[in-house]
Amino acid sequence: MVIFSVYVVNKAGGLIYQYDNYVPRAEAEKTFSYPLDLVLKHHDEKVVVSFGQRDGIRVGHAVLSINGVDVMGKNTAEGKDILEYLKDATNYPVSIRFGRARLSSNEKLMLASMFHSLFAIGSQLSPEVGSSGIEMLETDVFKLHCFQTLTGIKFIVLADPRQSGIDALLRKIYEIYSDFALKNPFYSLEMPIRCELFDQNLKSSLEVAEKAGNFGAGS
Amino acid sequence: MSRQSNRTTDSKKMNSELFTLTYGALVTQLCKDYENDEEVNKQLDKMGYNIGVRLIEDFLARSTIGRCQDFRETADVIAKVAFKMYLGITPSVTNWSPAGDEFSLILENNPLVDFVELPDNHNTLIYSNLLCGVLRGALEMVQMAVDVRFAQDTLRGDNVTEIRMKFIKRIEENLPAGDE
Repeated sequence: MVIFSVYVVNKAGGLIYQYDNYVPRAEAEKTFSYPLDLVLKHHDEKVVVSFGQRDGIRVGHAVLSINGVDVMGKNTAEGKDILEYLKDATNYPVSIRFGRARLSSNEKLMLASMFHSLFAIGSQLSPEVGSSGIEMLETDVFKLHCFQTLTGIKFIVLADPRQSGIDALLRKIYEIYSDFALKNPFYSLEMPIRCELFDQNLKSSLEVAEKAGNFGAGS
Repeated sequence: MSRQSNRTTDSKKMNSELFTLTYGALVTQLCKDYENDEEVNKQLDKMGYNIGVRLIEDFLARSTIGRCQDFRETADVIAKVAFKMYLGITPSVTNWSPAGDEFSLILENNPLVDFVELPDNHNTLIYSNLLCGVLRGALEMVQMAVDVRFAQDTLRGDNVTEIRMKFIKRIEENLPAGDE
């Protein structure tokens, strides 16, 4: 039972805090000889597999590192274009690690503001008056829980669908925010939260929630 | 609902005299720095405002109070829950205006002014003006614009301390989604 990540969004829809608690499970490192039997392509500043699923390497996985050295976007660590590098037979045998690409912080910012707008749409679509915004978003792999305070701050938790006690966890995160972020006089409202104590306390409350599986009596 | 945080009944007791001394040191230093009562009142209000915008989140996180439906409910919550939680006193809510948009909070005793006497050369100083700023800041964060001022002050010779709160308008910009 895992809590994957926590996002905090301010009144204007900007992401002010993000914490990832998960380790991506699907990563595969393999040694290849020339010619490469996977078809790779550029996508969004990354190199991803477009065809040739095998041995744990799926379509959509990105190249994470070559010969043990992490890549930088479309280029190797030395700055050479990855596709060019892999077309050259003299560079083989080469060991490439593939995995699901993590979201970059820019992508997270965009997704958070998109969620902020969707949240508002949730309440506008409502047939009844006075509906809240989106409180839960469910997929087969995770559930997204959202709690909006009366002041407009949103706390979003992505967790395993079977994880219970998320409502109580959201309230606990609100308390931690009101303590360690707001009571820090050097933290300005609506700005990104860079408070050590906030991080530490958030991590320990996530651990408690995961262990308990049932944080408090909430659902 | 989930169990309340074990900090609502705060086990960390602080000496209230230290609090009175701290506030007093703050006001006297402001008086020395600005040398003008009006200016000091303004600064106290500003400081109170900055406290209020942060305190409201703490208040909402610890109490399970939802959105108030009207100004009367707001007045009750302020007097019975908020003042009790933060200053340990429960002022009474009186003197409602006919339109229901203005009321008074009567404080029998004010923890900020224990042991304080105003000297004659500071008779326009509103010693507890921080409280006005706190109330204004906190309500602004829940989309209510209010005007808060002291109508009576025991430090200036009145029998009771009276804070007058007037509802100005609902703040429509940046409403959190789902609040119409």
